[in-house]
Amino acid sequence: MYRILQTLLITLCLLVSAHVTGLRAADDLGALVSALGTAKLAELDDRIAALAKSGDPRVIPVLEALGEGNLYARKADGGVFLTTEMGASLVLVDPLDGAQLGEVPKGELQKIKVNNAVRRAVRSALGGLTLFSADAGARLKAAQSMRQTPSADALEAIETALAAEKDVTVRKTLDEARAVTLLVSDRSDDDKRAAIKLLAEGGGREALGALSSALSSADASLKPDIEAALQRIEQAQAFWNAGQNVWYGLSLGSVLLLAAIGLAITFGVMGIINMAHGEMVMLGAYTTFLVQDVIRGSYPALFDWSLAIALPLAFLVTGVIGLAIERSVIRFLYGRPLETLLATWGISLILQQSVRSIFGPTNREVGNPSWMAGAFELGGLTITWNRLWIIVFALAVFAALLFLLKRTSMGLRMRAVTQNRRMASSMGIRTPWVDALTFALGSGIAGMAGVALSQIDNVSPNLGQGYIIDSFMVVVFGGVGNLWGTLVGAFSLGILNKFLEPYAGAVLGKILVLVLIILFIQKKPRGLFALKGRAVEA
Amino acid sequence: MIPQATVKRNEASLRRTEREGFNQMNIKARVTGALLATVLSTTAFNGAFAADDTIKVGILHSLSGTMAISETTLKDAMLMLIDEQNKKGGLLGKKLEAVVVDPASDWPLFAEKARELVSVDKVSAVFGCWTSVSRKSVLPVFEELNSILFYPVQYEGEESQRNVFYTGAAPNQQAVPAVDYLMENESVERWVLAGTDYVYPRTTNKILEAYLISKGVKPEDIMINYTPFGHSDWQTIVSDIKKFGSAGKKTAVVSTINGDANVPFYKELANQGVKAEDIPVVAFSVGEEELAGLDTSPLVGHLAAWNYFQSVDTPTNAEFIKTWKAYTKNDKRVTNDPMEAHYIGFNMWLKAVEKAGTTDTDAVLDAMIGVSVPNLSGGYSTMMPNHHITKPVLIGEIQSDGQFETVWETPGLVVGDEWSDYLPDSKDLIADWRAPMSCGNFNVATGKCGGKGS
Repeated sequence: MYRILQTLLITLCLLVSAHVTGLRAADDLGALVSALGTAKLAELDDRIAALAKSGDPRVIPVLEALGEGNLYARKADGGVFLTTEMGASLVLVDPLDGAQLGEVPKGELQKIKVNNAVRRAVRSALGGLTLFSADAGARLKAAQSMRQTPSADALEAIETALAAEKDVTVRKTLDEARAVTLLVSDRSDDDKRAAIKLLAEGGGREALGALSSALSSADASLKPDIEAALQRIEQAQAFWNAGQNVWYGLSLGSVLLLAAIGLAITFGVMGIINMAHGEMVMLGAYTTFLVQDVIRGSYPALFDWSLAIALPLAFLVTGVIGLAIERSVIRFLYGRPLETLLATWGISLILQQSVRSIFGPTNREVGNPSWMAGAFELGGLTITWNRLWIIVFALAVFAALLFLLKRTSMGLRMRAVTQNRRMASSMGIRTPWVDALTFALGSGIAGMAGVALSQIDNVSPNLGQGYIIDSFMVVVFGGVGNLWGTLVGAFSLGILNKFLEPYAGAVLGKILVLVLIILFIQKKPRGLFALKGRAVEA
Repeated sequence: MIPQATVKRNEASLRRTEREGFNQMNIKARVTGALLATVLSTTAFNGAFAADDTIKVGILHSLSGTMAISETTLKDAMLMLIDEQNKKGGLLGKKLEAVVVDPASDWPLFAEKARELVSVDKVSAVFGCWTSVSRKSVLPVFEELNSILFYPVQYEGEESQRNVFYTGAAPNQQAVPAVDYLMENESVERWVLAGTDYVYPRTTNKILEAYLISKGVKPEDIMINYTPFGHSDWQTIVSDIKKFGSAGKKTAVVSTINGDANVPFYKELANQGVKAEDIPVVAFSVGEEELAGLDTSPLVGHLAAWNYFQSVDTPTNAEFIKTWKAYTKNDKRVTNDPMEAHYIGFNMWLKAVEKAGTTDTDAVLDAMIGVSVPNLSGGYSTMMPNHHITKPVLIGEIQSDGQFETVWETPGLVVGDEWSDYLPDSKDLIADWRAPMSCGNFNVATGKCGGKGS
């Protein structure tokens, strides 16, 4: 109670004094802000500190703009303004009262240059200023930045904020920020011991960093405590690392599954060695690019839906191209695997070069919709949203395909044709059309995979080449002709790869996986889940 | 826009091939024939009927395959430069004529195409190659046929050839200053050296490791990591970097990751929340072109070290960008460092030919040394006796619009150092192609020409 009163009193005092000296302060603040315009990079630190010292909340937008590179100085008179971009010109906003001052061409203004050091200074200054903000989100951010860059001067502010803080998450972060800051302050060893204990319980990489940097400068009496805490955190981390590897493996597996699942149809079910499979993935990614391009140009509000729109389009585009390839080339080559291989390889080169001629050889930008950007923490795991959605998507595509093959009449025909073509044909199934549609389906699914892969990889004409070998590897390893085999194959290869990578490195890891697959194929030439029965020999 | 003469020839050859097609092939194959002809005519038939009143310039850049992503731009840049020079009246009273070939990202094909350019097309100089392996594969050809190659990309050094001019950066013009910058301005103490697994990153990292250790960095504070070409799953490595960075010391990543692998790498960095303020990444192979395929707002503050940025504010650069955008008829095309290298190299060659009064290789090789031309960052670059040039070193931070903002630059120009001073077996070597030394690997300790690389 006493503490709250104290805080209130301090705030009141500040408010009153701010009011009394209001006019003079505005002048001072104006001068401080204009000073930013003339500062050299090395001087900006001091000027930011001076601004932060004023404690005035009006400084917050100025510093934010500075950090984001939106603060400009007018070349004519050195006036400093917040700006928002409007085509080739900038909309000026007064830095202190927020009044709109009209548009000017970019050439008349000079951006105030910032670098990482300045951005760090801005971040910690903002941390101090927003620690008492009314918005819990802003306070959390402030607490996080204080935790990241501890400075002994901030300790009292953190303690005052902690006393008044009600929000549980912010409190927790503040507690940690206080502990981290305490370690660099000159408080008593007992206080520090408590802080070390708190950090050890909280765990996490940041605590690890703070403790190890404290270790080098700590008193001899504290060192054993810190070492014990470090050991404790590292043990917990080792446990989470294993979890992290499984997660990365699943994620890599889902990418492999997506890349391979179309091939599981064209190669696995139909037996066509389809070297143009990767290019279907690439075309799907380019469809996503086109969709996003139209959306960016005409309907920016729809951007978060761009992938949902691109999915059916990519399926259609690549499906139709697949159909055309089957009708024009592949149908003449059934039963001649070597020719098919060469012909589809030729097609893949033609597709690559046409895309290169049409869209240019450089990467195209495909953006992440907001729901696919960033990451969240789950215990000690960092899980990125785009990887999570790709796993979900891969499994959904797999389920849909399984349903199509096992539960629809179309699927029944496909299976009939692959198992015994002549019998199916005598039963009145138009096998050529089933072949064409199956190939189109496989290509269409590859196109949908391209939509997902555009989120994590380059959209360039070479996109497909990177996946073709992996796809064949998965299908062969899982067992040709078996969808479940593809699923299990993709995930086990993904996890195997990710468990090898930390020990063997990415290059050697990949080689090891290949060697293991070769050995495996020696032992089980038909893969994990081999098809059984008479049809296999045909 | 291909120079007029070439276009005409292409059409002629196309028509010719089509006629043959009509006679020899059936209807079905004709389509394929026409298609093939379009692909081939840009390469094989170029320069087949050259007039004698032109000076021919070879352009040896991949227009298909994995390297097309980077090299096609350089081909366009060269065509633009030649076009501009022709507007100014050509060279020695003759028009310049570009001969474009496509080595298709295939290293042995680079040597074949180089041979074709020099011995069939009789070009006076060749501008081309991108990777060190492609350069190494054409070196014997240029030596044997005594022609000139301009190599425009940053490379690992440890080479100086009589017939090659290196207009890209040597390690001391890019990697070493970048590390200095991080050490001084960001007080970095722990280093991750991440690269693609081939000769340039491996040699550069070897030099950097030796350099860092000479500066007192402990070996346990250096982590070296290699990934295959086109690596796309960066989750483990980015999380390793985060782990390595949480040891209580300021950490930075020095990236020699090449080409395509960069986009997924930066996407993963952004998604896992590795901020430039905490763990900055400085890259040597990421330029404006690479960033064009990427949303850069989460990457603001990550660094790159080059000798040129599009954002450099000089009149010559503004003019160059304007010409480039007009030439490509695309307002969004960006310029980059290797383009500037070609700009410098081409202008040096023009000047040397004018000085020598002939395009004869030996005369031009002599005239080249000491030639000084304006670069795009407001100074003059000079060709040194070791066939490397002087350049300023710029450190830039990525901005949200995909451009770089220069945050630091060397006070003066830096001379390219072909034999690194930090590697034990090359520190005694120097190159000087002036008479009487005329040696690419002169050992100052033994006083003899010939050492590593001979």
